[in-house]
Amino acid sequence: MSEMVQMLAPDGTYTPDPAWCSHAMTDAQLRTAYRHMVQARAADEWAFSLNRQGRLGTYPPATGQEANSVGAVMALREDDWIVPTYRELGGLLTRGVPLKQFFLYWLGNEHGSAFERELYHVTPIVLPIGSQLPHAVGLAFAERYQGSDRIAIGFVGDGGTSEGDFHEALNFAGLWQAGTIFFVQNNQYAISVHRDVQTASGTLAQKAVAYGFEGVQVDGNDVTAVYAVTAAAAAKARAGGGPTLIEGVTYRMGPHTTSDDPKRYRTDDEVAEWKGRDPIVRLQKLLRARGLMNDDEVAAVIAEAREQARREFDAVEPFEKPSLEDTFRYVYADLPPLMQRQLAERRRRLERTGT
Amino acid sequence: MKSATLLGAVNTALADALEEDDAVVVYGEDIGVNGGVFQATAGLQSRFGKRRCFDSPIAESGLVGTAVGMAMAGLKPVVEIQFSGFVWPAFNQIVCHAARTRNRSRAALTLPLVVRMPYGGNLKALEHHVESMEATFGHVPGLKVVIPSTPHDARGLLLAAIRDPDPVIYMEPKRSYHSPQQTIPDTPYVLPIGRARVEQEGDAVTLIAYGAMMREARTATAWFRRQGVAVELIDLRTIYPYDCDAVLDSVRKTGRLVVVHEGPRSFGVAAELIALVTEELFMHLDAPPRRVTGSDAVIPLPAAEQFYFLTAEHIVDAVRETVEF
Repeated sequence: MSEMVQMLAPDGTYTPDPAWCSHAMTDAQLRTAYRHMVQARAADEWAFSLNRQGRLGTYPPATGQEANSVGAVMALREDDWIVPTYRELGGLLTRGVPLKQFFLYWLGNEHGSAFERELYHVTPIVLPIGSQLPHAVGLAFAERYQGSDRIAIGFVGDGGTSEGDFHEALNFAGLWQAGTIFFVQNNQYAISVHRDVQTASGTLAQKAVAYGFEGVQVDGNDVTAVYAVTAAAAAKARAGGGPTLIEGVTYRMGPHTTSDDPKRYRTDDEVAEWKGRDPIVRLQKLLRARGLMNDDEVAAVIAEAREQARREFDAVEPFEKPSLEDTFRYVYADLPPLMQRQLAERRRRLERTGT
Repeated sequence: MKSATLLGAVNTALADALEEDDAVVVYGEDIGVNGGVFQATAGLQSRFGKRRCFDSPIAESGLVGTAVGMAMAGLKPVVEIQFSGFVWPAFNQIVCHAARTRNRSRAALTLPLVVRMPYGGNLKALEHHVESMEATFGHVPGLKVVIPSTPHDARGLLLAAIRDPDPVIYMEPKRSYHSPQQTIPDTPYVLPIGRARVEQEGDAVTLIAYGAMMREARTATAWFRRQGVAVELIDLRTIYPYDCDAVLDSVRKTGRLVVVHEGPRSFGVAAELIALVTEELFMHLDAPPRRVTGSDAVIPLPAAEQFYFLTAEHIVDAVRETVEF
């Protein structure tokens, strides 16, 4: 197992890694990545604030993990499948999912997770841990079966690597040489349980070895490294070279969800240490050093992202409440007579009593 | 027309589906070169190739989980769980993903997949090889649950399940795999999911069964016919969404109801059907509805299985008490 791949250090110095430099990001990509990461951060902070204002329900913040999410999705083709967890805001925005749709989901409406298939190739937001990974294997299998070179990326957290489905998914993928990238967002915590309490494995990436394919540990706060490693994995997968496991080492700067108090299980010093490795600050340093953005442009990107978050939420907050029929309509392709009876019963009562 | 067993009909339906649609793939443990431990997939790999029909690792959750992904991308996977008693590692995939993806995505994604599994006991078989847990699956919104009792139904319902846009749990009564035989058409056909079949018309009492218990119910029905009692025998065929109209129409006519199944009594299929009838037809009932079911005990190993499983005599006694009430 080689060392963690890193090219952009926390102080902003950029040292291309010869092993990965064929997948270096262009200047234009760096600017795009920065914009998406700032968009994700601003939306995340606004969502947290909305929760505290009582305008948004329970929400799992993703602040700190933007480089993993944005860098990995930027390294894919626009029609490759994304199998997200509930904490992939950056990746969804990078793919083009409208922020208002994301907010709609966290406002408690399933239409927020209805990602139109041909437009996005994103599977719905799922809350069970780890069980989405076999879907990424099946998707990649099906694409190749149908003659497509589309691949799939499945995201999972460090905690998710302990689930049985992590093992089964990697085992199937190795056997089938599936065009699947397993991307572990190692943010150090599964709610309160530290990664060191999750597994005795030295790294999470090394778990790939047992399944017959490559595992790579990357600095998940370095978007250039995440991009390069994922792009290499994507090229390999597309060419029929099989799966790759990527462990993006990062940190969940916020709580698990808005209902969680992380002060119970981690120190301020630890949080401060990781704040010094912030993926956005780091990229900003590179952009300035290369003359790709000046102070005014940086300020404009941030201001625009904050404005966008407010605008998109305001647009969706007064969404039309779902109808009673909406609750029944999507369970089966055709509403069974049994459910027609239940719907009619509920409808009659609703019209009579309002409840 | 040709003579077929239920097992042969399953094999034929899988071949029908593989023949008609390249999106159909069939996979599971031991189903390739070995043709399945019961031979349900015998000959399919050699006929359709390893691309369409292949062995998988022994990993039930991975089997169903990968099928969910395949279905999301447009395939129609048919996976085999070797024995229904071993399906539980896949339960999370079935309940949290297969059953919910359509609703979760507001139908942006649909999952046309089938999970086949032999079920049921009274075969002197080992632990976990004899269970009947159709009610458990029937309780999960988003699933369809189908159980054939005849070769003719087995082929038509399995092909319908594979063509269905929603996930179907297809449970095969393994005690009926080889008997009885029945002539079935030479060409593929489908039968509607969600529709019961009135196998024997009568006006004295409604007797509802499905799967392997249909054999015992047929014996009981024939016995009563010789006594001059016209039992209306219904094969439920679909556990969910069950055919409420067929059940209600029959009991409206007979005023009496006996429901038979092998699985545990509490919260079972019989409980559901009797609740429906009691709610809808209370004033039509001439006798208390009766259940002839397995008990809530863990199914014993073969040395004591006679204390769990049911014979035609159990059904005859319950039907007689209901008719004479």
